[in-house]
Amino acid sequence: MSELNRMTIAEARDALRKGDVTSVELTEACLSAIAGAGALGAFVHHTPDLAMERARAADARLKDGNAPAMCGIPVGIKDLFCTEGVPSQAASRILEGFRPEYESTVSGQLRDAGAVMLGKLNMDEFAMGSSNETSVYGPAVNPWRAEGSDAALTPGGSSGGSASAVAADLCLAATGTDTGGSIRQPAAFTGTVGLKPTYGRCSRWGIVAFASSLDQAGPMTKTVRDAAIMGAAMMGHDPKDSTSADLAVPDFEAMLTGDIRGKVIGIPREYRMDGMPAEIEKLWTDGAAMLKDAGAELRDISLPHTKYALPAYYVIAPAEASSNLARYDGVRFGYRAKLEQGDGVTEMYEKTRAEGFGAEVKRRVMIGTYVLSAGFYDAYYNRARKVRALIKRDFDEVFAAGIDGILTPATPSAAFELGKEHTDPVEMYLNDVFTVTVNLAGLPGVAVPTGLDGRGLPLGLQLIGRPWEEGDLLNTAYALEQAAGFVAKPGKWW
Amino acid sequence: MSIDITTAAKVAKLARIRVEEEDLAALAQDFNAILGFIEQLNELDVDDVEPMTSVTPMRLKRREDVVTDGNQQAKVLANAPDAREGFFAVPKVVE
Repeated sequence: MSELNRMTIAEARDALRKGDVTSVELTEACLSAIAGAGALGAFVHHTPDLAMERARAADARLKDGNAPAMCGIPVGIKDLFCTEGVPSQAASRILEGFRPEYESTVSGQLRDAGAVMLGKLNMDEFAMGSSNETSVYGPAVNPWRAEGSDAALTPGGSSGGSASAVAADLCLAATGTDTGGSIRQPAAFTGTVGLKPTYGRCSRWGIVAFASSLDQAGPMTKTVRDAAIMGAAMMGHDPKDSTSADLAVPDFEAMLTGDIRGKVIGIPREYRMDGMPAEIEKLWTDGAAMLKDAGAELRDISLPHTKYALPAYYVIAPAEASSNLARYDGVRFGYRAKLEQGDGVTEMYEKTRAEGFGAEVKRRVMIGTYVLSAGFYDAYYNRARKVRALIKRDFDEVFAAGIDGILTPATPSAAFELGKEHTDPVEMYLNDVFTVTVNLAGLPGVAVPTGLDGRGLPLGLQLIGRPWEEGDLLNTAYALEQAAGFVAKPGKWW
Repeated sequence: MSIDITTAAKVAKLARIRVEEEDLAALAQDFNAILGFIEQLNELDVDDVEPMTSVTPMRLKRREDVVTDGNQQAKVLANAPDAREGFFAVPKVVE
């Protein structure tokens, strides 16, 4: 069996149980694919010895029977997850040299299920970015290229390394995190599937915090079925995260029937933005037609406060970030600036943070500091929290009116070129225009690849579900995936 | 509202991030672009809206008020840039 690294989780799981393949073989195939893919910049910390050790343990466990679904599956872990004894830097200089003494709950659950960590994956610094260009390691690169061009494209962000690694078959799947679209936008840019669960489904414990009321971890996979399998392994109640939901995690995979007859899918008119490219418009219309053909009822809906989601997000997320990132002070972990004679503790903080944080992170920490400062707290922060309540109410109302799921584009464009000058910080923020509402309302959302643009680049659609109903959401995504029949893979140039 | 260089310097100070004098103008410009974008929120009437405190209605769990963790001094200090004699070490705070 050649190219084991190209397998899906479901295929590998079944082959492992039949004895057609071992975890050691799967892991070796991935490690060799990673070794040949330096040009993608996807893996930033390599843990081959640990991977082989875990693969051997997984094989022993599989032999004994009763191993969980993820046992023996080689995965990549986003650099935002703290992994015991393995560098966990959030792609920031300020966490240079940091090796956690503990394991995040989510990566720990995967480890305990027998999944094999291959290494840590590139991302935007502290998950702040939409192109992976704010990373201290330099950007991850999209394995996809436009036809007839060798220009390097972004895999999206912030989970750019995860998306690049999954699309290029360097691993069977990867973890991502999503604060404003950081799982779904990179998935759409790379022809992969990305699930952001309902807020509270995955424990945030041990994941470097960006904006705690918005952050959620989720799986990034090759298929919807894999998202169901890996998602279930990542979710579950954790007493160490007070916002983690004490709810049972259903068997999502068993819910993938592809039968969506009678489901009501909302098409929100506010997502039809001015200047939306014709290709995105067509992708959306085609996707809606596919769901209709599969027996769903389409209904036009209104989410009137959509337009205010991005501005509300750019108050709330930086505010929470400024508070969360206050811990990086050069005292307890990570980087400390070299001090001059006579420098006191204030100079240590200021120099450490100036040298340790990149430009976008500093910008957001300072914006957050400003909107929380005396005199502006009500005008900015409290107002944004009120607008957030209105955005959530929009969704509550359509769900109460009988909508089961909502179909939207995942991104306003296909993957764009790396290295373009971004003079206006707001321009990059628009990447999240279709995804950010979902974080503000705490809902589950999934990006599914459904087509290619005129230059042969993948495009994705987003489905949004009711809270806690990831199973139903994934089933609709499965029906869309089946109908779209997306099988394209990037040509190997790296 | 427009942010000037003095305000930019004040915010940088509050955030404990050193910004060189010559970079303040560009920083103020970035702030203004972002805050200009945020200004849209003023179009909405939010007088009767409660600010969101929790996206999913849930009651915080309670547990026994007992010590459940600790005695990990070596682990706590393991990643410190400067640790001495069981403590974090920093430059002199009080003259």
